[in-house]
Amino acid sequence: MCGIVGLFLKNKELKFQLGKLFEPMLAEMSSRGPDSAGVAIYRNPVNAGQTKFSLVHEDQEFLWKDLETDLAASLKCDVSSKVISNHCVLISNATETEIVNWIQRNYTEVRIVGSGKSIEIFKEVGPPEMVYEQFKLDKASGTHMIGHTRMATESAVTTAGSHPFATGADLCLVHNGSLSNHNLLRRKMEREGIIFQTDNDTEVASAYMTWKIRSGATLRQALEDGIKEIDGFYTFCIGTQDGFAVVRDPIACKHAVMAENDDWVAMATEFRAIAHLPGADRARFWEPEPSTIYVWGEK
Amino acid sequence: MLDLKEIGVRGVNTILHDISLSKEKSYKINNPMGQHSIACGLNAAMQVEIEGHVGFYCGGMNKHADIKIKGHAGVGVAENMMSGSIHVSGNASDSAGATAHGGMLVIEGDASSRCGISMKGIDIVVGGSVGHMSAFMAQSGHMVVCGDAAEALGDSIYEALVFVRGEVASLGADCIEKEMRPEHLAKLKELLTRSNFKADPAEFKRYGSARSLYNFDIDNAGAY
Repeated sequence: MCGIVGLFLKNKELKFQLGKLFEPMLAEMSSRGPDSAGVAIYRNPVNAGQTKFSLVHEDQEFLWKDLETDLAASLKCDVSSKVISNHCVLISNATETEIVNWIQRNYTEVRIVGSGKSIEIFKEVGPPEMVYEQFKLDKASGTHMIGHTRMATESAVTTAGSHPFATGADLCLVHNGSLSNHNLLRRKMEREGIIFQTDNDTEVASAYMTWKIRSGATLRQALEDGIKEIDGFYTFCIGTQDGFAVVRDPIACKHAVMAENDDWVAMATEFRAIAHLPGADRARFWEPEPSTIYVWGEK
Repeated sequence: MLDLKEIGVRGVNTILHDISLSKEKSYKINNPMGQHSIACGLNAAMQVEIEGHVGFYCGGMNKHADIKIKGHAGVGVAENMMSGSIHVSGNASDSAGATAHGGMLVIEGDASSRCGISMKGIDIVVGGSVGHMSAFMAQSGHMVVCGDAAEALGDSIYEALVFVRGEVASLGADCIEKEMRPEHLAKLKELLTRSNFKADPAEFKRYGSARSLYNFDIDNAGAY
């Protein structure tokens, strides 16, 4: 099962309501994925030369301030952080690679779940409504959001196995379906130096897109290659700094519906998630075609 | 008038099932909000109008009732319908009319993939186009497509008759174009008239089973 949802605001005046508009969309998909939930929200882009990280520690009491001080002293860089539940959004002017290497060496229990200019990722085991509340997302502003409600099939029910999966560069991916050649692709990418945090199939798809984009491909080219190389059943929704993309496998048996009006573009596993948006009854609706790439907001 | 937002799907369906026993003849459902299984399992002659888009399996297992959906329909509209009719004014998602034994399903817009999968006697008329693998393993009944059909139409089809006016992207295994005889034209005309489409039957082509998969072919024994 699993449910995926995406909302991109065309009308910039709605940005203060993003979290509020998105909440019923995610909640409506609870019955498709009650195990765990996660969202990626794109907001407050950092300045040039800075990178934003979403970090997680299983211990609610973990002292993020220590990590911040330690990091600033070790790398002689500026660091600021904001703690939200067991997540921390950390901003620094050190390079992404320096920070990743430093955290992986010095704080092995801290997981980096997202990084880029504006992406923030929050994910947790538990009913979607509770997860949403835990991270106070109902009052969040931003430009777009991607969400996932999970019914685990391929790997364990853990926070690490929850979607969205992000592997850097503001990109994240949520997935409804199951992949069949993820072990093969994972081995191939590991040889290219990509490090994986889980044995989850979706993480492979996310890493694949980042790997392609870092090798110089556009998002569209990465998705086109993905259709050829990634085997399995999938509807993917991919968040980028400027928007989101949707793609379904060539058989297209994992549900998906899209809708658009003057104010927003939305995608969901089922229409009922979109039905809550203002103006949904008069929006243009369509089903994404198999092997067809839909992209919004890409510069 | 039934407000689904107020009484929920179970509330709506309980009333529709109860009126199967009473003399009520028509109902309107407001605020369907894309919920699943609306007006499922109806078992009496009655008119049901749904004002808006519905979720999965709307009108499933319908017997006798005439259901009008003023909007789009989700996956499996009219699945396993036995008799009566379902009319969708918008588009329908996957597997419309799946396994249905009888009655008539009219979709004014497009139908998505696997329309009429394993249909067993239903008549389906689609004003627009149908998606890939439509009429897959279709056993009996009729499917009329006024637009185009996507890949693998009628794969492993049995004795259902398929009429398509536009382009067929490709035919599935054992599905072939067949001669349009006078009795087929007459049936097609009747279906178009009943569903209120003004298409000319002469513009359609007929597709059906080549019947080459019906019996085991000893030459294929090595494949098993």
